[in-house]
Order: sequence, then structure tokens, then C-alpha cells
Amino acid sequence: MNMIDQYEDKLPKSIIAKLRENIPKGTSDSKIKQILENTVKEYNEARVEAGECVGVISAESIGEPGTQMTLNTFHFAGVAEMNVTMGLPRIIEILDGRENLQTPMMEIYLKKPYSEGKNIRDLALSIKETTLKEIAFEFLLNMAQGVIEIKLNSEKMKELGITDVFLSKAISSQIKGYSTRTTKDSLILMSKGKEESLNEIYRNKEKIKDMYIKGVKGISQVLPVKRLDEYIIITAGSNLVEILQLPEVDKERTITNNIFEIANVLGVEAARQAIINEVFKVIESQGLNVDMRHIMLVADIICSSGLVKGITRYGVVSEKSSVLARASFETPIKHIINAALVGEVDYLNSVVENVMLNQPIPAGTGLPNLVTKVKK
Amino acid sequence: MAEEKKETKEAEKEEAVEEKEAGKKEKAEEERIEAGEQKIYKQVKSIVFSVFSPKMIKKMASAKIVTPELYDKEGYPVDGGLMDIRLGVIDPGLKCKTCGSKLKECIGHFGYIELARPIIHINFVSIISNLIRCTCRECGRILIPKDKIKKCNLELDRVEKERGIEERRDKVKDIISNLKTINKCPYCKARQQKITLDKPTTFFENEKRLSPIEVRSRLERIPDEDCFLFGLNPEHVRPEWLVLTILPIPPVTIRPSITLESGERSEDDLTHKLGDIVRINQRLFENINAGAPEIIIEDLWDLLQYHITTFFDNNIAQLPPARHRSGQPLKTITERIKSKEGRIRHNLAGKRTNFSARTVISPDPMLDLNEVGVPKVIAMKLTIPERVNEWNINYLKKFVEKGSTKYPGANYIIRPDGKKKKITEETKEASLEEIQPGYIVERHLMDGDLALFNRQPSLHRMSMMCHRVRVLPALTLRLNPAVCHPYNADFDGDEMNLHIPQTEESRAEAEILMEVQTQLISPRYGLSVIGCVQDAISGNYLLTKELNLTRNEAVDLLAAIGIDDFSKLPRKENISGKEVISVLIPEDFNFTGRARSCIADSCKGCENWVGDKCKNDSRVIIKEGKLISGIMDRALLGEGSGLLLRNIHKKYGKKFTIDILGKLFRLGIEVLLKVGFTTAISDTDLPEEAKAEIKETLNKAEKEVDELINLYYNNKLEAFPGKTLRETLELKILEVLNKARNTTGALVAQHSDLKSHTKIMADSGARGNLLNLAQMAACVGQQAMRGKRIEKGYRERTLSSFKKGDLSPEAHGFIRNGFKSGLEPWEFFFGSMTGRDSLMDTALRTPKSGYLYRRLANAMQDLKVEYDNTVRDASKRIIQFSYGEDGVDVSKSENGIINVKRIIKSTLS
Repeated sequence: MNMIDQYEDKLPKSIIAKLRENIPKGTSDSKIKQILENTVKEYNEARVEAGECVGVISAESIGEPGTQMTLNTFHFAGVAEMNVTMGLPRIIEILDGRENLQTPMMEIYLKKPYSEGKNIRDLALSIKETTLKEIAFEFLLNMAQGVIEIKLNSEKMKELGITDVFLSKAISSQIKGYSTRTTKDSLILMSKGKEESLNEIYRNKEKIKDMYIKGVKGISQVLPVKRLDEYIIITAGSNLVEILQLPEVDKERTITNNIFEIANVLGVEAARQAIINEVFKVIESQGLNVDMRHIMLVADIICSSGLVKGITRYGVVSEKSSVLARASFETPIKHIINAALVGEVDYLNSVVENVMLNQPIPAGTGLPNLVTKVKK
Repeated sequence: MAEEKKETKEAEKEEAVEEKEAGKKEKAEEERIEAGEQKIYKQVKSIVFSVFSPKMIKKMASAKIVTPELYDKEGYPVDGGLMDIRLGVIDPGLKCKTCGSKLKECIGHFGYIELARPIIHINFVSIISNLIRCTCRECGRILIPKDKIKKCNLELDRVEKERGIEERRDKVKDIISNLKTINKCPYCKARQQKITLDKPTTFFENEKRLSPIEVRSRLERIPDEDCFLFGLNPEHVRPEWLVLTILPIPPVTIRPSITLESGERSEDDLTHKLGDIVRINQRLFENINAGAPEIIIEDLWDLLQYHITTFFDNNIAQLPPARHRSGQPLKTITERIKSKEGRIRHNLAGKRTNFSARTVISPDPMLDLNEVGVPKVIAMKLTIPERVNEWNINYLKKFVEKGSTKYPGANYIIRPDGKKKKITEETKEASLEEIQPGYIVERHLMDGDLALFNRQPSLHRMSMMCHRVRVLPALTLRLNPAVCHPYNADFDGDEMNLHIPQTEESRAEAEILMEVQTQLISPRYGLSVIGCVQDAISGNYLLTKELNLTRNEAVDLLAAIGIDDFSKLPRKENISGKEVISVLIPEDFNFTGRARSCIADSCKGCENWVGDKCKNDSRVIIKEGKLISGIMDRALLGEGSGLLLRNIHKKYGKKFTIDILGKLFRLGIEVLLKVGFTTAISDTDLPEEAKAEIKETLNKAEKEVDELINLYYNNKLEAFPGKTLRETLELKILEVLNKARNTTGALVAQHSDLKSHTKIMADSGARGNLLNLAQMAACVGQQAMRGKRIEKGYRERTLSSFKKGDLSPEAHGFIRNGFKSGLEPWEFFFGSMTGRDSLMDTALRTPKSGYLYRRLANAMQDLKVEYDNTVRDASKRIIQFSYGEDGVDVSKSENGIINVKRIIKSTLS
């Protein structure tokens, strides 16, 4: 088997690993050598050639099946799952590098006792973001006295483990100029001191409705689910930073579908992998076959500057060095004007500029040059 | 002084043009001396973008335009008018006064007009505004103290070096935005006033209007070293150039007039606009000279500003667009450049071509896969240039002799000096005499010539492949139906394009890189994109499944697909279909695979594995070129999956693969010709007991749903976590109904005639599936919109024939009838709802995915593999160190991997 080690510089790691796995034990050294030689031969035959326009091929490989994908936003992955954006809209969302997703989602894995189902419901509920209006029946305005009275749903509060004291503390820390007082199943906010205009008090009432009480901000729905033989929590809404700080959470496997959060918390390399995973998931769910390499290349170009940049005129395309290449995409006037102001030079290094000037492009068969002396 | 965007663009063009011109001259020179040798072209190395200075505009101009008149009484262009022949010629017969060349040879020359008063260039308004706001109104220095300037400059250079020029632009914006609030000049201590911009082009300083003259004089005061901080490069742009004092007039060649049928001339939009500008400018001059009141002058000035603004851009938000008399807005410079139909995307990044044809396509399985049938009419119009030499002169003379009206003839001869001469009946004889080595004959297209064949939308590289021409009668382009898949073509009226490469280089590339057999493996997923389709699959399925032929029939079949060597056919009277297909397979080929009907991962423990045979005959074994067991169906022959084809390709190469594929295809069709194959309504007939059983199933399901609904109303239903009761009910109903439909499907499959052609098509994977059959025979099933049952319609009900609040299956789009028995009116309506929904889906998806594709292609077009195996972009930034982490080309792999298992197996055995 150490025969294989000698080939580590001739074959990529993935193939070496596969060889190790698949060569039956007890194969003679000469046979192994033969296998290795054959593999190297096949590998070398299958290598990309220099000058190959891999970018265009990847773009085609993702763009072409795009026409076959469904636009249907929602899909059901079984009865007990959440609705997730799938299909073409999701691909567009990922590649655009949008920060606000249509359906942000997390899969929270848990540490040992909890992953076996201990207190799973309570845990899930404690993660969920609770706003005041969820635990209130109604909001009453007493204009004359400048008082807002909130009728509370004590059942719901109990379920969520919110006490009156906790509640009034949470509220008073977020709104100024009001004193809080609790009575039996209602909470009264009284304006301190000066009279407030009707408008303002009304505005405050509306503000209070969405006031954050407890849980993790941004998590709007929670769903404990048994996956394989452990319990996990699926959430609608995402907040990776805060979820990872919870002690019950398995930090290694918990994941969100928001690429920006991943980039911020775990870095670009993680974001790149997240893009690959997410795009692949969508393409697979549509029953299409696209090779991993194409998705990797797209993810790589999105992340190559160290930040997650979308494939838009503001993102990846704006980073091109060639004025004409940028102008040929979108907003040509803007690009030409800006270039003129700086005195930019276009060295015609890429494809479109040379197409524009009727010159051979520097790729594929246009790449090799012949140097020769021309007789005058 | 001034500069324009257009100008900048022209500047760039100009440079290119200059280069090209030089190239052209040289070329002409050479042709005269050594006729027909390879021409040497100059290459543009780089293009500098900059703003024209007034001096430069004057220098490059060949005429000063002083009058708005275009033509004199005779219709001859007026000197000093906008159509001045010093600006180039657009009339046949006239000669350009500047360069002396004729129409089409003269590329046109710029002129200029001197503006009576300076005018602000609309596209530079924002930078002008930044400049005057952030510099001192007295001394012109930037409002940054001396010691900080250096720091800022260093910072900018650093940003540009690290992040590129776009980031630098952002940084400049940052720096400038901090300056607007400073109100004391750090140099001369002058107090700064507040400057506002009244869009589009008027500046105010504390409510007092700043005239463009003032603006310009302030810009003049800005010293060169401060320009850098605004992102300007004073070498290329002095700030004052941003306010126009001289306007360049584009050559007439870019604004040609059209002569209408009535003999009237219709001028281009740009000429109209320029006419306005010149006229107002003259009026302004006259009024100034006559000492007219300030108010009149200001009005004229504003008018001139308006005209020049709309000359550059006719889509400014605050200005009414300039219009024709008919009310249609003028298309001025910005509109010419911008958007899909604009210069850049329409004429520069995409070009038109000669030597191409387009017509309707139709199928012809008798053609090889890499052939294209070209109608004779087209073959006589498209030509291939062949250079005459000593050895082929007689061969080429034969074409000339036939002339252009008889096939195969020739249309033109080209003399060594590049002159083209048409071959007609009259000139035929003369041309024949004249022809000698060095001439080029443009002969008609003939069998075996190379042609590029393309169908839009060209979404992947297999949308344009190289075929060999086969000249055929009739008027459509013909192709083998097996190559429909990569083109995504069908024959319901599709049209396709044909291009004929004209040079040896292009033909070589087309043949080596683009011919059909080189494109067999998709670069998207590493499997075959070309395979048997439709009838060819059914045919081979039937052949290998059940056919037994007499020797004569077998020989007939094989002869029909072009095989004349029958030595592989067993010497016996009765020959099975498997033995017929084995004739095609090479003798040293071994293969094991599984047909579509296989249900398990391995035969061990499979319920269909009886004795040592598969009940469905789905284990395909080829040993030494003989099909021993198994049925050939889509899993083996079709595109995408076609593993058999992939293995043949690996072992015997591309040429052999398309050869055998073509033969298999024809074999399939010949088989169907022999057996007869169709589809009939009787295929969907079911025995009475099956019908009863299906009815029973559906009734049961409906009852079940009723129970669920009752549970729901009685509040006894238990909600799924995270769902409301109503949602839970919907989910449960859907589940029940889907199960019911699946059961009926299974029942139909069980009871339908195994020999029915519809079933054969579904089983072989040629077309359709069992679900389609079940929908015809038994039950169409639940119509779903957006993953839910149909809910829309009237208030609380879907159609007025239902009760309000009816939750039953039939009121929410469950179609319990089959297509054969016919639908109830409401069922038909529900069906049409989902039908329309999916139609809209397609209509909305196409542009969306098209845009995604365009963005991807644009962002990634210059990524390529370098000689050191890294993937880099145009500025040589590394994107990947090794393509796809292992450097494997997907189109040379097997489904994206190097098949280690196969290698081990073949080495060990």
C-alpha cells in the first residue's frame, strides 16, 4: 500500500483516497503498480487543457439547466418541514449575493442530552423570538390620560415562561418616558410627565406591539424535528451569531442558509462552501445533474475578493479590469465616463474587448502566439 | 474645451480606427506587390480613455460648422453645413474633401462648432458639482489642509493597488463627502458659500445663479495636484474641459440620411439635433454681438444648454425629451450606445455574418449523426473559396464551366488583387479563360464540406456543432433526430442556422473542436448528451425483449441499416433479437449494466432474481460482443444515462461511437417498421373488474377525506407542530388523495395489456410514463397550485356550483375521471387552471433564467486555465489553484469522476 504514497504528487488527493479504498487487500505490488500507472494515464488524459474557457463552461452548465427549473417558490419536503424557497428564485438569490433572503432558515443541532429529546419543546420555544403582540390580547389607548393598557394572555405567557416582572423590565428598558405597572392580566404604561400628542402616543402603541421580549432575534418560527435518530430544531429566520452562543447548541453542525451570516461568523472559506452546498441542494432537488466543479468555480469567483460579492453589476462584474468588458455588461455610459475621467487604460486582456475589435481572443486556440520576424 | 462622453467613446474608437487604418494601408500595399500572400494585420494593444481638450477637438476636426443649412438648391451639401463633404461622404459618386476617398472607403471626419457661451456637459454634472463644492471659491485649492493631502493620496494609491480602480472610486467619494461641510479654506481662509445643484444643469451659490462661465473659471483655478484627490488625472482631464466651449460634430457617416421612395431626404436624429444646436448657437452669437438685453441672451443660452444636453442624452428625468414632429422622441447619442439594441451589445459584442442560411428543419434518420442535409437551393447560394493552383486548376475549372445556375458550379472568382467577379452565363467563358493559379474560385457547397449548425437559444456549447454537408432535394435542413437533444430541437416548425467557415483555419478548428462526435460528452455532467430517442428506443427494446426473426428477416433488418457483413450472425434459421443487436457490438466488448426495470442495487436478494435469471430480464450482460441477457432500453441507449454508450466511447473512441449510435438508431426504427407500432385508445382499455376496483379505491379515499373533514369540524384533529389545524387538514387530505391516485396508477399498471404500445413506450423510457397512462385510463388526480389544493375563485368556494365552505376533494380540484372517460365541467375547469399556471410559470421563467445566464457568462467569461494549471481571470488573479480541485475536465470524465473502480477491475481481471 505504500506504493500508493509514491504517487501522491502525480494524482490528486481525491483519487488517491478512492484508490486506497477500492484496491482489494492482498493485491500484489506489481498489480498495484499497474493499477496506479493506468490511473495516472487516465487521469492525464482527462486533465483540462491550458486555455480552456472553464468560466464560460461553468456559466453554461448552470445557466442552461436554469431554463428547466421550476419557478414555484415553495416546495414541500414532507409533511412536517418548513417552506423553503427552491428552484430558480433560490439560485438567483444565492448568486445575487442578497443579504435579505426570502426564507431564511436554520438547522440547529444539539448537544447530547438535548439531541435525545430532552426538553426539546421548551428549548425550541426559548429560541423563538417573542414580541409583545404575541402574548397580548389587545392594546387599549386611553387618550385622556396618555395611558396604554395591554391585556395579556397569561396562558401563553406561562407557556413561554414569561413573568410579569420580567415583562415589565423588558419593556421599560426599551421605551423611555413611560412608567410600567402590572395588574391582574394586564400591563399599564403611563406616560411620565408632559402631555404627549395623540399622534405620538398612537405611534408608541404601534411600536410597542413589535417590541422584543425574549428569545433569539430574527427567529420567527421553530420546529423540533427528529432527523435520523436525533432531534434537531429547524427554524424560520436566522441568527447564527446568537444561536452559536447558546450552550445547548452543537456548534459544529448547526447551519443557516444565509450566506452572509456564515461569511461574517465563520469567514469567506465557510461562505464559499455554503454557496456550493446551497446551490447544489437546489440543483439536486430539481433532479438535474450539474457537476460540482462548475458550482465550485462560481462560488470561488463570488468569494475571490475576500468578501461575498454577488454576480451583479455592483459585485463581481464591477471588479473587472477592462473598461469595455464592464461597459458591455450594463450601464455602459457610466463606465466610459468614469474611465475617461481617470484616463483608464484598457489592455484588452479578456474576451469581449477583443471581440469588439475583431481580434483573436486570448483563450482556447487564440492563446498560443507565434513570434516571428516579418520582412519589411 | 469640452468633452463628451461620446467624444470619449469616439476617442477610443478613433485610436482603434487609426491602428486599423494603418493595417489596411499596409495590406493594400502588400497585395499589389505579392498578390494574395498572407496579410499582416496590426493589433490593438491597448485603448486609453480620456476627455478631449478643446484644443484637441479643433486639431482633429476637418471643418468648422457655421450654418444649420444642409443642402443647397441642387441638393449638394453646403460648405460649413452639417453635411459638409469634409466630414465624409454618404452619397455615391461624391468624394470626401478631406481624405479623397469614396463612399464606404471614407470612414468620416469630425468637425466642430464654437459655442457662443460655455455649456455644461450633462454627463459630467456630478463631478463638476463635486469639484466646485470641495474647492475654495477664491483660490481654487481643495479644502484639505496641506499636511493631509499627502496622506490622502497615499491612501488612494494603496486602495487602488489592493482592491482595484472601482474601490478607489468609492474611496474618492468618501473623502469628498467629508469636505462639503467645511466652510473655511485652509489656504486663503476665504469663507465658502453653499453651492446647490438644480438638476439637471444649473448651479446656485446661496440662491444666486452660477453661470457656466463662472463655473468654468472656478474649475480653471484648480491646480493639477489637487485633481488627483477627485479621481481625475490632469494629464487626461483638466477640470475646465468638463464645461464645453467647443462642440465636436460627429462625421456624417455615423448619421447618414435616408432617401425615401418619394425622393425626399430624411435626416438622421443626430443631424436634426445638431441642426438645432447650430441654429441656436448662431442666434446667440448674433444677439451677443448686437448687444441684446441680458434676458434674451440668458434665454437663448438656456435653450442652447437644453439642446446640447438632449444631444447627449434624451432621457434626463427633469427635461422633456426632444421629439420629432410626429411626437416620437429623438434617439440621440446615449440611446445609441445603451441597452441591448445599442451600439455596444448589438454591433460590437455581437456581429452579423455572411455565408449563412436559415430555414425550417426536419428529421432524417438515414443521415449520419454528424451530417446535415442542405437543400440544393441553399447549396447553390453558399460557397466555399478554393484557391487555384497547378494541381487543382482543372478540377476548379469544371465548377466555373457549370456557372452559377447549375449545381455543382461556382458563383464568383476572385482575382489575386482581391477584385470579385460574378460568374454568369455571359461571363462564364471569359472567366474560364482568365482563371490561373493564384485566383480563388467560390464554388458551391458539396457533400462533405464542413458547416456549423446552430439553434437558438444557444445555451451551451453543443448548441453549435460542426456537421458535414449532404446536399439533398427539397427545401428544409435535415438532421438526424438523435442530435435533437443537444440542440433542444423538435420539428414543430423550428428553424436552424447554418454557417459555412471560409478559411482553412476556421475549418480546421470546426472539424477538430466542434464536430458532433467531439461533443458527445456533456461538459455539464460528463455523460453522453446524444443517444437514441423515442422510436429508436422502443424499437431496440422490442427487439431485445421479445422478437424472434427468421434468418431472412434478420438479414433484411441489418441490410436496411447499412451492414453488409453478416458473419457475426449465428448460422441458424431462427435468430433472436439479442443476436441481431450483437452484430453491431465489437467482438472484444464486455459490459454489465442494468435496465430501467431493475429495482434493486444488486441482484443478490432481489425479488425478481429467480434461479439465476432476472424475471424482468433487466440484467444486461455483454460478453465478447454478444448480448447474453438483458433488455436494451433508455438506461443503456438514451442520452444522459446511456452507460453503454459511455463505455463504448471510452473504449473505441468518438468516431466509432457515433457510428454505432447511428446504426442502433436506424435499427430501432427499422424494427418498428417491421413490427408496426402506434398508440391507440384501446391501449387504455381496462377490464371491468379493474374499473370497479379503481372506483372502489377512489370512493374509499373520498370517504376518508370526509372523515378527516368531520374530525376537523369537531376539533378532534391533531395539528402538526408549527402548523394550524386548517393547514394540517389540507396536508392530510393531500396525502390521502395522492395515495389514492398512486393506488389507481398501480392498478392500471397491473391490469393494462403488457403488449400495448403505450405500455411499451413507457417501459422502455421512449416517451411517457405509467402515470400518464393512469391519467388517461383511470384518474387524473389532484390539481395542485403552488403546492396546495385549488383555493382561488369565489368567496369561500372555488366555483359557484359548490356550497360555501365545501372542503370536499371535488370542490378543490380533485379530478376523479380519466381523460378517456371524460371530465366533468368543473374538473375540466380545474385542469385548465393548473394548465394556465404552468404556462405562466414557463413564460416568467425564461427571461429570469436568461438574465441569470447572461450575468454568469459576463462575470466568468474570462476565466481560463493557464499553462500552470491554475484558473485565473483576465487580470491574472488566481481564482482556483487547480481547476475543480483536481484539474479534471468534466467532458473527459465519467460523470465527473475518474472511474477508479473500473480501472482496478480491468487491471485485475
